Amino acid sequence: MTRWLLWLLGGVLLGGIVHLATVLWLPRTATQDAYSRLVPVTEVNAVTALPEAAPDKMSLPYMDPAFATAICRYDLSQGPLKLSLNVSQAYTSVSFYTRYGSAYYAINDRAAGRRLIELELMTEQQHNEMPEEEDVTAADRLIVESPTVTGIIVMKALAPEPGLLPMARAALATGRCRPQPQS
Amino acid sequence: MRFFLGTLFAFAVAATVGLGATWLSLSRGSAFGAVSIGAWTAWPRTGTVGIDPYARAMIARTGELPVGVGDGVAFYAQADDRGQNFDGRCDVDITGITPTARFWTLTLYDQEGKLVANSINRYGFTSQELIRNSDGSFAIRVGPRARSGNWLPTGGVGHYILVLRLYDTPVGAATRAGREAPMPAITTRECA
Repeated sequence: MTRWLLWLLGGVLLGGIVHLATVLWLPRTATQDAYSRLVPVTEVNAVTALPEAAPDKMSLPYMDPAFATAICRYDLSQGPLKLSLNVSQAYTSVSFYTRYGSAYYAINDRAAGRRLIELELMTEQQHNEMPEEEDVTAADRLIVESPTVTGIIVMKALAPEPGLLPMARAALATGRCRPQPQS
Repeated sequence: MRFFLGTLFAFAVAATVGLGATWLSLSRGSAFGAVSIGAWTAWPRTGTVGIDPYARAMIARTGELPVGVGDGVAFYAQADDRGQNFDGRCDVDITGITPTARFWTLTLYDQEGKLVANSINRYGFTSQELIRNSDGSFAIRVGPRARSGNWLPTGGVGHYILVLRLYDTPVGAATRAGREAPMPAITTRECA
């Protein structure tokens, strides 16, 4: 009897390990995560406008239908990326996600403080390899480090009323994301 | 033989307990760092690099992209203030004011995070398009039947979820309930 209780205890402990391992391992096996859903409808290192959210065509679940949304799915393996976007009249934001959907940086029009959101995205390694003098002149350049080589940039512009959606879409149409020529 | 049976038994227990706990935690929602105000709950840490492994696994499963912390914060509600689950056949009133934010939106989703089809193609409200009382407060009626004023149709769906997103807001992980973050009250009225 005691022997079986010990086996049970061992099983439960092992179960705890199985639980933690599966939770940590699950994001790497997911086939329906945001990145996988966006692969068929977006290009790499280019801006793609997502269709307006509607009951029968949701690009991603829980999208906010009050926003026009555009995606830049990036791959930094060939070098850093430069992103620019004119802000709309209402509210504009740019959010950065890793390959596994963790938000690591987000900036809105007010934080950018200008009519243009402009920044450079690179891996930590690429940032470290930047020539030093370039870093000094880079004082007013906004540099964002991506924890993963690939990931997703979401650009959003709010349409405060449904009639203003064309305005929001027009603002997003100015969005650019392209690999930087390497110096 | 005894040892073999014991190992087999332990492995069976491990698989049941381990996978069961994973399934339970992901289907019931067990991310850490929840901020609950009334019927509304937000997980501000889910929008940062400090996202916990449970939330990360959950996001991988649903395919959503959480609102980043520099962007805003999302509050979810599945039930009214008394804990009664939302039912698309019932009238629900959302009344009061919201915390400080440049803009906010209120959106109705089904349980899979999809918008719900309805006759007037309204899926939510933004803070700009609401009809408000003179003191700035508002009342939104969520229900299956058309109504004058701020009507958010449920399309007669069964269970639904309301998401209140605050954009450009000081509300975050350090926010506590009360005057700092007054969330609107949710009351269920009569059902069809």
